[in-house]
Amino acid sequence: MRLQLALAQIVTKLGDVQANLDKHIGLIADAKKQKADLLVFTELSLTGYVLQDLVASVACRPTEDHPIFKPLLKASHDLDLVVGFVDEDSRHRFYIASAYLSGGRVLHVHHKVYLPTYGLFDEGRFFAWGDTVQSFDTRFGRVGLLICEDFWHASPPYLLWLDGADIMLFSSASPGRGLNDNEKLESARWVERVTKAYASMFTSFVAHANRVGFEDGLLFWGGATVFDPNGEEIAHGPYFEEALVFADLDLNQLRRTRARLPLLRDERTNLVQSELARILARSNKG
Amino acid sequence: MQIDLTINTDVAHTILTGFIRSEIRRVGFTRAVIGLSGGIDSALSCALAAEALGPENVFAVRLPYKSSSPDSLEHAQLLIDQLGIHSETIEITNMVESLMVRDPQMSKQRKGNIMARQRMVVLYDQSEVLKGLVVGTSNKTEILLGYSTLWGDMASAFNPIGDLYKTQVRQLSRAMNIPAPIIDKAPSADLWKDQTDEDELGFTYEEVDKLLYLLVDQRYSLQDCIEEGFDAEFVNTVMGRIRRSQFKRLQPPIAKLSNRTVGYDFLYLRDWGT
Repeated sequence: MRLQLALAQIVTKLGDVQANLDKHIGLIADAKKQKADLLVFTELSLTGYVLQDLVASVACRPTEDHPIFKPLLKASHDLDLVVGFVDEDSRHRFYIASAYLSGGRVLHVHHKVYLPTYGLFDEGRFFAWGDTVQSFDTRFGRVGLLICEDFWHASPPYLLWLDGADIMLFSSASPGRGLNDNEKLESARWVERVTKAYASMFTSFVAHANRVGFEDGLLFWGGATVFDPNGEEIAHGPYFEEALVFADLDLNQLRRTRARLPLLRDERTNLVQSELARILARSNKG
Repeated sequence: MQIDLTINTDVAHTILTGFIRSEIRRVGFTRAVIGLSGGIDSALSCALAAEALGPENVFAVRLPYKSSSPDSLEHAQLLIDQLGIHSETIEITNMVESLMVRDPQMSKQRKGNIMARQRMVVLYDQSEVLKGLVVGTSNKTEILLGYSTLWGDMASAFNPIGDLYKTQVRQLSRAMNIPAPIIDKAPSADLWKDQTDEDELGFTYEEVDKLLYLLVDQRYSLQDCIEEGFDAEFVNTVMGRIRRSQFKRLQPPIAKLSNRTVGYDFLYLRDWGT
């Protein structure tokens, strides 16, 4: 079985959801023309990233009658979609969220569980913390979604793996930083290193879509990547430029890699659980 | 310890030209207005703007005072010719002297500040005339040391080179083929005769950039820097300059009275809605 995956690294308009939606609809049409089965947009692709006090005004609910989600759900009859938005729950907590849309339905919504609030980041000031990391079934197999800082921590990808995800879809709005004499920014090198490592260690497909464009002085660096279950790179988008990046995923590779390298079979989750219980009991004692 | 401030100039060039294009075009402008002194910082900003926007959209304004070095005008001309950008020369002597004659005892510091601020006035006026945005020319070293005039040479709509140390400005300038006399001469604000930055500061850019890199970029403590071999007095002098000049790097604080106050909890980027 094969999956034609497309990753959209785009410039967004800060706080202008309608303009961003129009861009999504255009790119969905392009991806469809190029026979994509699944198109992944970046973190907060419908809103822009440094929202600060714009958060409440751009928030939406991923429902069929919502004017932003209605056309996206309609488009999801043609190809599956992952879009980034601000989710507002019934008690008015705001989350950085990614929704997986397929066949006119919302299959899954992930709320970002790690909100960076240090250095140039201030997400914890404006957003609520998600509290679940769950894989879910799609027509391509079991999938997991994570958003940016979520995969800077090792535990969320690990949990997705144990929950059955064979395809991990990461989306980011990662600002470029750390210019030195290397041809790649430090932030790009770091992300590429860890996403490759997850694909290798979890013998899974790992795709990463990162936005481009400026917000004030921050430049989002793009460079979408896809790694196969052997940890080999099978697609790499350009840095700093808008692009639709395509990858042809041979899902049968999962079987071949895991027959050779049974890391999933041998993973000792009971050991993890018992040791974690011991470690947490000790740290609770102070 | 080897402290290496070398940057990949191709990446810097891509990011900074993209930044200029983005910041100018997203607000509906096409043109840049830049005060071109003949020094390396404004030369680099001009060269980046010319590549970002096309030379036909860059307006370099030379703003000499009667005591300005003739080299400054000549070096600016070298760059104007090389880039093929528009230029204009507007002498500020009469404008500033009508203020200076009020006090025959006026210090050169005060005169320098008046000149820097008068240049800002002319640039912002040209910005209106030409429908262009004023592009900044302050580098990271002078911003951190506060070696600049508040609301004078620091004033701009946005600054493409403010995260490059002086030595990195030189590296990128060489990569962009800025004329050698501009790169090689001693840096000077040229506010009075024979002024040079390094005489006035009391240390070289080469030295201070390495120290600033450890203190600021690498978050070294003062003691860590001294243990790395920097002279304790030098370290304390530089840290003192950074602390004392923090006011130049921020908007003036507003006394909070209401529930929502500009600067504290009314938070939107400049790029809001674009």
